[in-house]
Amino acid sequence: MRAARKAGAAAAVAATELFKPLLGGLCLLFAWLPSGAGVLPDDRADALYHSYKGGGVEVNGPSVLVLKKLGQNVAVNGNYYVDSISGASIDVVTSGASKYSEKRTELSAGVDYLHGNSTLSASYTGSDENDYQANTATFGVSMDMFGNMTTVTMGYARGWDTVENNTDATFSEDVDRQNYQLGLIQVLSSNLLTEMDFEVITDEGYLNNPYRSARYINPADPTTYLYEAEVYPNTRTSSAIALRALYYLPWRDAASGEYRYFEDTWGINAHTLELGYTHPFDNGWVLEGSYRYYTQSGADFYSDLFPRQDSQNFMGRDKELSTFDDNSVGFRLSYDFLRNGGDTIDKGSINLAYDHIWFNYHDFRDLRSAGYPAGSEPLYQFSADVVQIYLSVWF
Amino acid sequence: MQTRFLLPVFLAALLAGCGSIEPWVKPYERANLADPIMRFERDPVSSAYLVHVYQAREGARGAEGGSGGGCGCN
Repeated sequence: MRAARKAGAAAAVAATELFKPLLGGLCLLFAWLPSGAGVLPDDRADALYHSYKGGGVEVNGPSVLVLKKLGQNVAVNGNYYVDSISGASIDVVTSGASKYSEKRTELSAGVDYLHGNSTLSASYTGSDENDYQANTATFGVSMDMFGNMTTVTMGYARGWDTVENNTDATFSEDVDRQNYQLGLIQVLSSNLLTEMDFEVITDEGYLNNPYRSARYINPADPTTYLYEAEVYPNTRTSSAIALRALYYLPWRDAASGEYRYFEDTWGINAHTLELGYTHPFDNGWVLEGSYRYYTQSGADFYSDLFPRQDSQNFMGRDKELSTFDDNSVGFRLSYDFLRNGGDTIDKGSINLAYDHIWFNYHDFRDLRSAGYPAGSEPLYQFSADVVQIYLSVWF
Repeated sequence: MQTRFLLPVFLAALLAGCGSIEPWVKPYERANLADPIMRFERDPVSSAYLVHVYQAREGARGAEGGSGGGCGCN
């Protein structure tokens, strides 16, 4: 459920007002753009199988994406995605609940319209699982300018979700979401490509997980603890800015770097650093390696152990709101076939990607450990394996 | 908080307004940029999945890329 909520993301009136002048200005700019020679993405189809194993949970399923041009100015795309989830995360284990399995299915469809050097895009995504339904509509414009050295993108998304509770058939709450995105891709030299991406996301509505609890010190025995329902704010606004660079090395390798800064109204600040390296071989094989580091501070209303019942207006014990960091190392191996074209397809590639992620929590404790007084249990940590196998064809 | 983030937005708008800037990397100098390895997002289906993996387990969200565009080599 949480994945669906985050996959969509967010609503807030303040950000809407803030960006109205910006949106108006960019629309005006768009109207002034000269007609030129933009291009739509190549026709392609991808079939992917994904697998995530970590923290007692397994998530796997397919994803199929098709992009197809209809004439010179219109392209359509569609995506079918499934998460089959099974197991029991630490939250489920420590709450005493049993293992579970559920399925989330996501369908999306989009259209791109090319006008001169600009592309207008619209899409709709709907996802469904037994206790969460999410809908998202997106609109975007992408403009190539300065002799195609600069691409400016602007996007807006609106989402509306319904949260339900499997243990209470009468429970039904809504979440409204809005996203504002601005991107800039800039050619800096014949070997250097850079990107700036900025996004504001706002949520409004029921942002809790209806199943999760916070814990507080048992007043009758301070070495033990009791549970109470979490209470989250009804709004959240976040801002993120990312800078990326991609450099072509003389021996036909590519090196990439990325930094992202994030902050939100819940008090979370996060930094993400990612480095990558791509080495193509002459026979069609391409090998990529990557390293990613992520760190965040906890939300203002997060605590692993609250001092007493109802000690704050807002209380959360979601480990994703705690102070933690994670490190990822990834490899990707691709083989391009039919590089000179085939009868029915232009080219294709088969790909295997593997990422290993280590999560280290700084103030979220492992309650599965017995024999510790409340608040002194070992800190929780786990690692995850992420595998992707996919086939891509261009036609 | 928002003021700090508006700076790059205004810089982008300023840049967009300079319509007379001549490209300093000529089209015939973009062979390396046109190489398939020079794409921020080579495989959208894979990139979208990894974004989903991290978004579901981290507090941060947004600005993950995939903003479209390219190297201007076409």
